[in-house]
Amino acid sequence: MTTEQVVSPKTYLLVFAALLGLLLLTVAVAFIDLGLFNIVVALGIATAKALLIALYFMHLRYGDRLMWVVAAGGAFWLGILLTLTMSDYLTRGWIPIPGK
Amino acid sequence: MNGVGTAADERSTVSQRSSVLEHHFRDLEQQRGASTLGMWIFLATEVMFFGVLFLGYTAYRVVYHESFAEGSHHLKLLLGSINTVVLLSSSLTMALAVHAAQLGRSKALVSFLLMTMLLGVAFLGIKALEYYYEYEERLVPGLNFAYSGSNAGHVELFFILYFFMTGLHAFHLTVGIGLVAVIAFLAWRGRYTAEYHTPVELTGLYWHFVDVIWVFLFPLLYLIDRYR
Repeated sequence: MTTEQVVSPKTYLLVFAALLGLLLLTVAVAFIDLGLFNIVVALGIATAKALLIALYFMHLRYGDRLMWVVAAGGAFWLGILLTLTMSDYLTRGWIPIPGK
Repeated sequence: MNGVGTAADERSTVSQRSSVLEHHFRDLEQQRGASTLGMWIFLATEVMFFGVLFLGYTAYRVVYHESFAEGSHHLKLLLGSINTVVLLSSSLTMALAVHAAQLGRSKALVSFLLMTMLLGVAFLGIKALEYYYEYEERLVPGLNFAYSGSNAGHVELFFILYFFMTGLHAFHLTVGIGLVAVIAFLAWRGRYTAEYHTPVELTGLYWHFVDVIWVFLFPLLYLIDRYR
């Protein structure tokens, strides 16, 4: 069972400051040419921000295991959706189709 | 509640408990756990709801990367960035509202909820301004899309996804503002106490979730190959 966790406003403010810092970083990095890594960095930063929000603002950090399973389940199923579909789109050019 | 309350205190606490505790739960703690879990499950289905749009976006961005970058450059980066700050701030005030609720500070709770609503409305206002600029620039598919260039069709696809994704997000935010308004009204009426404030927490979860969606939408839509 989860016991209610009171998080100090100081923690919230620190998380907020970190979120603003990450926002600045992601905008700044977008103006540097990193080739394919631009999207990797952008999604990495977005994931870090999402985790900060989920763990602290949404109290996931203090939640019980069942809550973790549900939260991770949402992300995992989204991963299945993206992975299976992209495994099609990204590999279409690999094998020549006879007659085409 | 450490055995120092008077009998009258005890009675009022008991009646308070029974008025908010549904009969099929053992205690408020169990009720709160069940409600929170239910909200997380709902949010997991919301991930799927938005997920298909992210999937469509991913597939077409991979195939038409150049056109998506071209489309992205027409979005107002400054307004989008300001809006991200506005939304992140609203999540902070929402978290502080939940904190106030946990401590039973009703006045602070109502104030923080109103601030959250105000920031939410500000976000929608800035978003509307962006839509207006895009309308002026004839970038709205189905309404006035007129774009010259060899990639016009694929740029249009980017804008279809842009309007669908930000539109669905704005719709969720509108629902969120409505929920916070109801919660603020009930808080003002003194419905929530340090002991019972689950609806405040659940509304907070929804609000933060909508924020998380934007955290992904912003770099995906506004920041494609900005260095060019």
